[in-house]
Amino acid sequence: MEYLLEMRNISKRFGEVQALRNVNFCVRYNEVVGLLGDNGAGKSTLIKIVTGYHQPDSGEIYFNGRKIERLSVSEARRLGIETVYQERALANLQSLWRNIFMGRELTTMLGFLDVAKMRRETEKLMVGSMGFTSAAVVPDSVVGTFSGGEKQGVAIVRALYFEAELIILDEPTMGLSLSETRKLLDFVRGIKEAGKSCIFIDHNVFHVYSVADRVVVLDRGAVAGEFLTKDITLEQLMDMMYRVAQTGRLSENNTECLPAAPIGTETP
Amino acid sequence: MTMDKRNPAATGANAHAEAPAALARRVAPQAGGVPRWIRRNALQIGITCVLLLLWGLFLVRAPATFFSKNIYAALMSTVPFFAIMALPLTMVVIAGEMDLSFPSIMGFGMVVFVHVLEATKSPGLAFLTCLLSGFLAGLLNGTIVVRLGLPSLVATIGTQFFWRGVVDVITQGQPASLVSVKPTLLQRLLVGRVGGYVPAQVLWMIFVAVVVWVFLNRHRFGAHVYLIGDNRESARLMGVNVDRVRMLVFAVVGLAAAFAGVLASLEVSYFWVTLGEGYLMRTLASVFLGGTSVFGGQGTIYGTFIGCFIIAIIEPGLVAMGLTGFWTKLIYGFIITASVAMHAVLSRRLAR
Repeated sequence: MEYLLEMRNISKRFGEVQALRNVNFCVRYNEVVGLLGDNGAGKSTLIKIVTGYHQPDSGEIYFNGRKIERLSVSEARRLGIETVYQERALANLQSLWRNIFMGRELTTMLGFLDVAKMRRETEKLMVGSMGFTSAAVVPDSVVGTFSGGEKQGVAIVRALYFEAELIILDEPTMGLSLSETRKLLDFVRGIKEAGKSCIFIDHNVFHVYSVADRVVVLDRGAVAGEFLTKDITLEQLMDMMYRVAQTGRLSENNTECLPAAPIGTETP
Repeated sequence: MTMDKRNPAATGANAHAEAPAALARRVAPQAGGVPRWIRRNALQIGITCVLLLLWGLFLVRAPATFFSKNIYAALMSTVPFFAIMALPLTMVVIAGEMDLSFPSIMGFGMVVFVHVLEATKSPGLAFLTCLLSGFLAGLLNGTIVVRLGLPSLVATIGTQFFWRGVVDVITQGQPASLVSVKPTLLQRLLVGRVGGYVPAQVLWMIFVAVVVWVFLNRHRFGAHVYLIGDNRESARLMGVNVDRVRMLVFAVVGLAAAFAGVLASLEVSYFWVTLGEGYLMRTLASVFLGGTSVFGGQGTIYGTFIGCFIIAIIEPGLVAMGLTGFWTKLIYGFIITASVAMHAVLSRRLAR
């Protein structure tokens, strides 16, 4: 199996708007893929299909080589696809442990919560992964009182806890300070070191270039092009992004893109 | 889902190294003085104090009434009629929704009860079909709200009139006697007197409170109710089946309303077609008195439970103190407004 995630000919329409048109997209094992594109290019729609939030109108999705029919959010999470939506997917009035286990509560067979275990695990995560050691923060602390950076820590740890195979970061640097951004980029490199895969979505070409193995550019609902970051300089990437914004194409000779086309053997 | 296999812990650590110091600075000042347990349960403690204050006042000013056990027998027999609806209604409000139709569902359930009883002569069957129709009427509310996307406040104004209309049309305004149920086991189980004194309905009320509490606080369903009321979009993004949970909370209120209707009717062995009228404001007030937020995501069963008794104790208390019934609404208004204001202030000052 070459691909962790493979999406073939994905199309999605919302009323009048054709959000995605025959998109082919793939993620290899242990690969960080940067997803670039302007507002309305279809990045979010594509991601929401991967996470099971939207169902595509047509096309096929394979995960770990297995065809997935009708992907739902809970099915995607069960498969090992976790998404860090930053603060957008936290419940601010609820406790830390309820947020960590949101949608995937630890329960008995009948659905009764194992509250003690969730509190315990949260405590471990706080010390081990989130770096919360202050006595003032406990698993029962309400998430709404946390700072932006702390909330993001919660969102990230939540993705890590469930042994995700594929971690999706949806515009993770938005609203972060310089030092928080640097930590986040370190975190993405950490995903790679841990042998996992990642889809990194951002507007910022610098951030994407610095961590991605491969960059996929979407434009107006279609893949405009893709290439390995080691084959290209940051200047070239910037030039291409401008060209895409104007023409919808990466270059004259690269108009169509299949998942396997430009890159064959040189995956790390 | 074991911890051992979770390997990227180290990567998360450096993503968040500055947290402890900043956090300590921020939290320390407000943590001083007030123990965490009190801060977290401020609303429940506050509302309990309101009930105790009122009760103390009545004990002092109307000892003849409030030191006799008759008043407590009366409270125990009538409070359950609306408390049994207020408890599950708390879940609806926590989920960020509203239901105004339950008083009519009480009446509708009893219409079904009366007709099935007449046809089959079986009180047990009448009871079960009544509960089922209440559940389905609630489910209809949920379906309208979720599938058609109507605001629940508006949708249940509509169904409130609709079910009341169904009752009026079917009964043609004719009440029905339930004396035939009186000697049956059902009567004794639902509204009998345990030990000759304790009304069975208050035990049912406690049962409902325990069941709702367990599901709200110790079951996945309740966890999702809170999450949906807090942030529906994030719940959806994290894989919570938002639509199903929202539909279910309405259905449970419908079920509870039908049950409460049976209790209230069997207690007097009579089905009045106006059954349920007068329960709306009392039930809603109990929920909000208990500290449940109208914005969703926050609320407790304990608070609602206490809220019901506050609502119920005011009227007899005032009358026993020698005030006329004309004062009741004014005092109601004062206590409800003051308590809800207290909740707002407390949750700003302490719960954060």
